[in-house]
Amino acid sequence: MVDTTTVTEMVAERRPPDLRRGLLGWLQANLFNTLLNGAVTLVTVALLAMVLWPVLQWAVFQADWLGNSREACSGEGACWVFISARFESIVYGFYPGAERWRVDLVFAALAILIAWLAIPRLPAKRWVGLFAMVAFPVIAFFLLVGGVFGLEQVPTGNWGGVMLTLTIATVGIVGSLPIGIVLALGRRSQMPLVRGFCVVFIEFWRGVPLITVLFMASVMLPLFVPSQVEFDKLLRALVGIMFFWSAYMAEVVRGGLQAIPSGQEEAAKAMGMGYWQRMGLIVLPQALKLVIPGIVNTFIALFKDTSLVLIIGLFDLLAIIRSGLTDSDWLGFATEGYVFAALVFWVFCFSMSRYSQHIERRLHTGHRN
Amino acid sequence: MNQANAARADSPMIEIAGLNKWYGDFHVLRDIDLTVARGERIVICGPSGSGKSTLIRCINHLEEHQEGRIVVNGMPMTRDVKRIEQIRRNVGMVFQHFNLFPHLSVLENCCISQTWVQKKPRTEAERTAMEILERVQIADQALKYPGQLSGGQQQRVAIARALCMQPEVMLFDEPTSALDPEMIKEVLDVMVELARDGMTMLCVTHEMGFAKTVADRVIFMDQGQIIEQAPPETFFNHPKSERTQLFLSQILGH
Repeated sequence: MVDTTTVTEMVAERRPPDLRRGLLGWLQANLFNTLLNGAVTLVTVALLAMVLWPVLQWAVFQADWLGNSREACSGEGACWVFISARFESIVYGFYPGAERWRVDLVFAALAILIAWLAIPRLPAKRWVGLFAMVAFPVIAFFLLVGGVFGLEQVPTGNWGGVMLTLTIATVGIVGSLPIGIVLALGRRSQMPLVRGFCVVFIEFWRGVPLITVLFMASVMLPLFVPSQVEFDKLLRALVGIMFFWSAYMAEVVRGGLQAIPSGQEEAAKAMGMGYWQRMGLIVLPQALKLVIPGIVNTFIALFKDTSLVLIIGLFDLLAIIRSGLTDSDWLGFATEGYVFAALVFWVFCFSMSRYSQHIERRLHTGHRN
Repeated sequence: MNQANAARADSPMIEIAGLNKWYGDFHVLRDIDLTVARGERIVICGPSGSGKSTLIRCINHLEEHQEGRIVVNGMPMTRDVKRIEQIRRNVGMVFQHFNLFPHLSVLENCCISQTWVQKKPRTEAERTAMEILERVQIADQALKYPGQLSGGQQQRVAIARALCMQPEVMLFDEPTSALDPEMIKEVLDVMVELARDGMTMLCVTHEMGFAKTVADRVIFMDQGQIIEQAPPETFFNHPKSERTQLFLSQILGH
């Protein structure tokens, strides 16, 4: 026989106990909790110091910052004069000096547009977004290329440096996402023709190396089209990069589409929504949110792989720096050049990564069901 | 039967004749004939795999049938997308797993098809949504997201979402099977109220109490066929077929 028990009083709600113990407590708990861990901590700190100290010495403390020629380099640390002296060409490539305000204007506008769309408090997102997607590319194109409204024409062969890298990356990113989404939807289509086309497109572009795509775009394409028709080399590279990455994007997006329970589309169908409404309002917003890490991963890969255009003779950031290395006045500064290029790429990619994490947190709407 | 429907009262709400459906080789619905009058409340029960969910999902073409005729609100079902969407606008559906849109707030869940399918202005859609959320007693949660609500609350929102389209008939696909026991009543209460207001309802459920309270007719299905249909009193007290008797003894026997 089991005795009945009841509580006479409910337990009052309490705050959780405070388990923080300050810096010393943290160190003790995490780094020196056993003798062995303490030893490992000390060895690790020593190793880090041995590696980091010389790097800092070279890159910062003993480095040379100011000057116009290699005479300014003391030779003890890094000579950033190599970068600062060629800074203009690293940013603008061979864009004529008097016309560089056009590049400044386009990229300032791009920065403002991105910031406007990224900061939640700013109003009129829809109109700014529409302007960024429709009007801005046209304006940017005419400003950069010129040849109209009395602007001097600047052939794309003169573009280069950061400006070219950003142009390729922006066009690639803005182009590959929507194409990728359409391909992903097409691959799941009920219509055999649409599905077939999308599967072939995706598998073709995903199956060839980007270098091959760029070579084909620059070398083989001109063999097949009549000689009067002349496509710009940069344009060919842009189209190749866009298609190549849209195939990757399509598979990332398809992964997200697959993860949305079929009940979501059924509920939308049951309310009378058509295909594009179901996709645009219900399925895609959830699927894209789910694959933000994958999308940004692809963006980052795209951004870094823009440097491959150097093999078809376009002078992006990396190619400009490399060309500087062969300048007889500046032989022997490869380390500075590559470190600087790596730093620029890293800053852009890390920013994208941080922003995507922020977006993920902001779009979180409680537990999924 | 309510006033709005009286005008077309001469045609039945749903007419199903000679309906057959296969999943591959599996014959899931066999020669179904069913006519649902306006304002009629029907409860469909039967063992799992008997085709009851598939039957009601054929009515709004979430499942495609291979043989037979379905007429909803005077409109024959065809394979034409426009016609299917037209029929779906008159047919509300509530799912076992709610299927609320997790990226939209409760209010947006209720407004989205009003603004996009019915093309109502935003303010009007929100007014309708709030009235109906009030009716299912969840208006105070309108700005929350589905993930922040309990199962019972989510299912009430799902009912409200379907009602916002002002459907002529409501289909319920096991609306309480995924709920914790203490939340079943709040959902059934809403459904009973809806039945009292004269909504035409087809309800796949194992809630026999609900069937006894509101159903005009109880249908028992097994192996893709309608085995027996009768008013609840007759159905529960004097079931005719052996299979019905067995089924009832299994679900009521403990």
